[in-house]
Amino acid sequence: MSPSNRSRTADERLRLKVGLAEMLKGGVIMDVTNAEQAKIAEDAGAVAVMALERIPADIRAEGGLARMSSPKMIREIQQTVSVPVMAKCRIGHFAEAQILEALGVDFVDESEVLTPADEKHHVDKFAFEVPFVCGCRNVGEALRRIGEGAAMIRTKGEAGTGNIVEAVRHMRTVQEGLRRLQMLRTDELMAEAKEIGAPYHVVLQVHEEGRLPVPNFAAGGIATPADASLMMQLGAETVFVGSGIFKSEDPAKRAKAIVESVTYYDDPKKLLEISMDLGEAMEGLDIDKLSEKELMAGRGW
Amino acid sequence: MPRVGVLALQGDFDLHAELLEGLGVDVVKVRRGEELADCEAVVLPGGESTTLSKLLDRSGLREALADFVQNHPVLGTCAGCILLARRIEDAAGVLPLDRLDLTVRRNGFGRQIDSFEAPILREGGSGGVTPASAFIRAPRILRVGDGVEVVGRWQGEVVAVREGSALALTFHPEVSGDRSWHEGWLVDAGLLAAREL
Repeated sequence: MSPSNRSRTADERLRLKVGLAEMLKGGVIMDVTNAEQAKIAEDAGAVAVMALERIPADIRAEGGLARMSSPKMIREIQQTVSVPVMAKCRIGHFAEAQILEALGVDFVDESEVLTPADEKHHVDKFAFEVPFVCGCRNVGEALRRIGEGAAMIRTKGEAGTGNIVEAVRHMRTVQEGLRRLQMLRTDELMAEAKEIGAPYHVVLQVHEEGRLPVPNFAAGGIATPADASLMMQLGAETVFVGSGIFKSEDPAKRAKAIVESVTYYDDPKKLLEISMDLGEAMEGLDIDKLSEKELMAGRGW
Repeated sequence: MPRVGVLALQGDFDLHAELLEGLGVDVVKVRRGEELADCEAVVLPGGESTTLSKLLDRSGLREALADFVQNHPVLGTCAGCILLARRIEDAAGVLPLDRLDLTVRRNGFGRQIDSFEAPILREGGSGGVTPASAFIRAPRILRVGDGVEVVGRWQGEVVAVREGSALALTFHPEVSGDRSWHEGWLVDAGLLAAREL
């Protein structure tokens, strides 16, 4: 008998959510669009899969509105793999999140890759039993999402481009912000909280502990083992790979290589071995050539 | 100071490392076979058992680790418990190390929504009830073989077992910050002096 019908205390709920994020550390979470891809991802050693109808590169290419994926497709993936299954809801679309929770997904990504449903408000993630991951570009945004109950933070990067530059910018900006919060005097923290628009109690927690209270993952534009290693060396604890795998020439081989590159991220000899003979990576996009409207990272606040 | 390896291929190895360091242990993160050589014991952390099993094969670490756990103290939590088992029901690509005669079922309680925290009733030793520990997509122990001792139960169900200095837990004391299981394991293995409680 699972005791899940018993109501959890708020602290217990948060520990369980962050606990699952801890279990995913040192791994790769892969975007998949059907059961067959999910199987390839699991066989390659993915720690979790993100089920979505169109990977970001296709959302970008085809345009139009992007919503939560079909629950039927997500269920097929749940029935195919034993690793955790994640799915995306639109920013602020708590009804989509409720449906995903009812479906039993293991993590909800409140994602800028989908078209936002609310221009002002994100989902109140404390209201859910299912854990949430949210994107961020800087420490203020990260702490706002944690203040709303996110159990995992990831960089936004610029999804579907195969271009790592935005993820690097976001990771460096977050790390710099964390260092700054540690360094400030306690009596300066309220002004800083106001300045970066972050809840004071989370600012204080970061100041005292010297790190984010939830795991910090990288996403958006990771396409090669070297990209994964770069993000890990910059402080990511796990990487999400979206279009980078199934838009490459040999997805199974590349998926395996990226899994190993996260484990051995600080071992250049091993990375060399891993990077040998992988076939073509996905085609990349120059982000400077995208118009403001085409950028996803600016969605949410 | 005892040197204890923590398998660091994937999973919550940092939480185990912090907890062990708090007990005064010298921690070695193990990603390669040669890193085991200096260790007196090893911890297999929580994480994804499919990922861990595949990385054991691809890293060439499987053989060294399988040998090591046969004659050194080992502690496994959650995915680590799965790896220590003899048999996995519906294994689907997960090859265990066969250290303990157990049959386990992965995700035995269901999905993340069914994860929970609960105190554990200790069996043997001085008994008692532990602080609550986290069961996160936890496995279930379906069968316990001869020679394997039950050391913890939750609602009558076996959740902690040992044989000699091999200890397997289906839950995560390292997530809830309960050091007692790690400490007791190190004391039993002769790697840590018993404290006056």
